[in-house]
Amino acid sequence: MATFPFELVSPERLVYSGAVTEVIVPGAEGEFGILAGHAPFVSTLKPGVLTIKGDGGPKKLFVRGGFAEANPQGLTVLAETAIPLAELRAENLAKMIRDAQEDVEDARDELTRASRQQFLEQLTSAAAAIEADARTSH
Amino acid sequence: MASLKDLRNRIASVKATQKITKAMQMVAAAKLRRAQQAAEAARPYAQRMESVLGNIASAISGGPDAPLLLTGTGKDQTHLLIVLTAERGLCGAFNSSIVRLTRERALSLMGQGKTVKIFCVGRKGHEALRRQFEKQIVEVVELRSNKGVTFADAQKIAEKIGGMFAAGEFDVATQFFSRFHSVISQVPTAQQLIPATFAAPAAAATGAEAVYEYEPGEAEILADLLPRNLAVQVFKALLENGASEQGARMSAMDNATRNAGDMIKKQTLTYNRTRQAMITKELIEIISGAEAL
Repeated sequence: MATFPFELVSPERLVYSGAVTEVIVPGAEGEFGILAGHAPFVSTLKPGVLTIKGDGGPKKLFVRGGFAEANPQGLTVLAETAIPLAELRAENLAKMIRDAQEDVEDARDELTRASRQQFLEQLTSAAAAIEADARTSH
Repeated sequence: MASLKDLRNRIASVKATQKITKAMQMVAAAKLRRAQQAAEAARPYAQRMESVLGNIASAISGGPDAPLLLTGTGKDQTHLLIVLTAERGLCGAFNSSIVRLTRERALSLMGQGKTVKIFCVGRKGHEALRRQFEKQIVEVVELRSNKGVTFADAQKIAEKIGGMFAAGEFDVATQFFSRFHSVISQVPTAQQLIPATFAAPAAAATGAEAVYEYEPGEAEILADLLPRNLAVQVFKALLENGASEQGARMSAMDNATRNAGDMIKKQTLTYNRTRQAMITKELIEIISGAEAL
């Protein structure tokens, strides 16, 4: 299968860089898979699981906040947080959800409340997906 | 004339100081390496962010629904100066050169009749500016951690700035920090954050691929990315500052160690001379006493 260069970058470091065959990205409007030769495309991310398929088994990482850019040179994902699922602990995620809940309660106007509520829902669904994944892989 | 005991004490004290400055220099060297690595690791993110934003921004900036973070409020009456300094001193002119740049800018803006607000990040900048600009300082953030700055710190600062901007408290934001060139050269720099400025994308080179598909729309992406970009820019500045601080401290402490060495040499010379003089004096006394008999 054709490969393409893929980079996953967080503000603190370059998390992943290499040739891959497919990447599944949690886009703001739904998950999408990117294969080699994808049309130029930019999408924001929602919190969720990013799957990298290349040599060896698929790698899964939890990402939140940022965007993905596909162009003829390859795919770049910029995420504020990128943690391999294996290193992500349940309590970590639970804390994020708690923080998000507090944010929703603290919101002063309807608009921020709505956007924070949406973020919270995305986070909870990501948590559910990660749990389901953990069950199937063990 | 100081007594021998005084001189001995003085030499011992300078030696102790020299040990401290030497240790501080070595600690700064180790920290500098780490800070430099952190700054380099953060570079790709900031670069990509800038190129993507530049692409989108050039496509949308003319439009009426362009976000305010990009276009500004259209006025430049109230300026927010964000001063990024260190938490600790003893690093040469590092803090004072950032403060001096800020002070000059603040005074020239005030001279033009603009309103100036100052946002201090780091204890040293606040201490230096507190006396002169007490009324202008609106916010102080101290970064107390030994592990160095994290993106979360930058995000908190960016959120505060974003919140103030959304509340209409200022029109233009500029951050002041020290750009790291090398161990011996750090350049205090002013960078405008709001309205955001981007290097114009190399349109000719990207001509064919300029037709991106955006999901959701361009405006939504821009609205999502601009606050993030603010955090990234602050983070980048904090990291540059971290490396600059350690570099400045390293060369300052190197100087101090060398000066202490010089001082020890001089004092030892005086000490030996005084000791010799005393011996000669005693000998003369004994000899002249014997001759008098």
